[in-house]
Amino acid sequence: MLRLDAVRKTFNPGTANEVRALGGVTLEIAEGSFTVVIGTNGSGKSTLQGAISGAFPLDGGRISVAGHDITAWPEHRRAHLVGRVFQDPFAGTAPELTVAENLALASKRGRMRSLAPLMLGANRSQWRDLLAQIGLGLENRLDDPIGLLSGGQRQSITLLMATLTKPPLLMLDEHTAALDPRSAELVIGLTERLITQSKATTMMVTHSMQQASTLGDRLIAMHRGRVYLDVSGAEKSRLGEADLLALFTQMRRDDRFDDRACDAVRRLYA
Amino acid sequence: MSLVFATVAIGLVFAVLAFGVYLSFRVYQIPDITADGSFPLGAAVTARLLKDGYDPATATAAGAACGGLAGVVTGFIHTRFKINALLSGILVMTALYSVNLRVMGASNLPITAGTLFSPLDRAVRGMWGGEVPVLGYAVPAADVGALATAGLIAAVIAVVLILFLKTELGTAMRATGDNARMLRALGTSTDRMIVVGLGLSNALVALAGSLFCQMQGFADAQMGIGVIVFGLASVILGQTLVGNVRSVSLGVLGALMGAVLFRLLVAIAIRMGLEANDLKLITAVVVLAAIVAPGRLKDLATRRARKRGAHAPA
Repeated sequence: MLRLDAVRKTFNPGTANEVRALGGVTLEIAEGSFTVVIGTNGSGKSTLQGAISGAFPLDGGRISVAGHDITAWPEHRRAHLVGRVFQDPFAGTAPELTVAENLALASKRGRMRSLAPLMLGANRSQWRDLLAQIGLGLENRLDDPIGLLSGGQRQSITLLMATLTKPPLLMLDEHTAALDPRSAELVIGLTERLITQSKATTMMVTHSMQQASTLGDRLIAMHRGRVYLDVSGAEKSRLGEADLLALFTQMRRDDRFDDRACDAVRRLYA
Repeated sequence: MSLVFATVAIGLVFAVLAFGVYLSFRVYQIPDITADGSFPLGAAVTARLLKDGYDPATATAAGAACGGLAGVVTGFIHTRFKINALLSGILVMTALYSVNLRVMGASNLPITAGTLFSPLDRAVRGMWGGEVPVLGYAVPAADVGALATAGLIAAVIAVVLILFLKTELGTAMRATGDNARMLRALGTSTDRMIVVGLGLSNALVALAGSLFCQMQGFADAQMGIGVIVFGLASVILGQTLVGNVRSVSLGVLGALMGAVLFRLLVAIAIRMGLEANDLKLITAVVVLAAIVAPGRLKDLATRRARKRGAHAPA
């Protein structure tokens, strides 16, 4: 479903700020799976999502989604295959447009924007049902500018928008990190429901060890631009929050070696 | 009364300019200075084609189309080469100065042929003769005809623009200015939206230039100076008039009202002894004040409230 083949990305190459964000990541994600990605700060987990969504060109490697090699596709062309929710709860919706207009734009995901009136043939009753499902009373606010809503409400609507046309791949980039605990819980609940409904293959980056241990059927830990740990199935479900914290301690210890020392030690012992 | 008719007619022509600036400034948040070049470009192309014997409708449409092209160039420079939008506009505006001189062949080109204003002008003359009685005043037929034509064109464009902004494409354009990242995530190239939007904006600006030169009977290389500031003044004034920044219909109507009102204020000020040469200075000051004042007033109110010991709103 999703294939990454030796994907490399270095930001600001040749400068003092050089960051090797992805150092040859190879990954295959099965259709219908729910992968949780964790990692230390700067480990490349967000860069991984950026690479898949096309936020920047790669230095090397290939990416394919649902059989399409999308490596050279610009960001907007990938949208019909990839639904996205960002960390910033305000990044996924256009504040000056109404809730209905935002949903209408999302319902035409990846299609040419025509000269037909946007609201012509808008499926308002379907949207109302979807909004009611969130449980925040949003079903009566279709014609309010979305900028009037709270972060949690807007993030919930962004989730609806990301799954509305059922793109095969759903990417969530720490989408509850900026929300208060109650909203975060609500959004996570909605996330699980929508993933079940849309059957999207999901990749979720998170900082929450609780989410990482309870959600998903596969766990990937990124470290220094590489996949550090990759477990799935029963092995994944055995991992508790404490195990994941221990994993982080281990990764931080690993941090103390520079690349060359690391490679030398690895060659000796591994 | 004659002054009112003539002034409102010019105001309505400048409303078309304000629509263009509304698109670039309010929808995209780009103060697109290309307008200072595309306004006279529309005039130059129209004057040239009229002189070469083309009919007014073709000459006007061609003027608007050339302006649109200029906007597309600005949008292309901005999005393709990642050059600051203002700088892209300055480059195109400067280049257009030479283009306009080339098109006209001189720095000033009079229009002697019939214009887009002629049919209604003739109709008014046919009905009332040289002067039209309005509320007891005798108004020259030319001013009445000009007002009718300008009003008709401004109204049609306002309606079309409002409808357009509610289409899929128009809404996508609004979303581009509002949250470009979201629109890309939804599968639309925001670069393309900006190129098309600036093209459309400058087509409207050039159309205003074309109408303006037909109204006053000549095109001039200098006629674009400060056009963008006038457009901004109209849009900002209109925004205060309608009070609602989110509604598209009100925004467009506000731009129209702002342009007419501003023109009227200018006419009154000149009547009262303002030097016409000082006009651009005053327009610039008005725009600055209109942008700065709302925030300042709020600060002041907060500070005063605090002084009185009340809790200032966060």
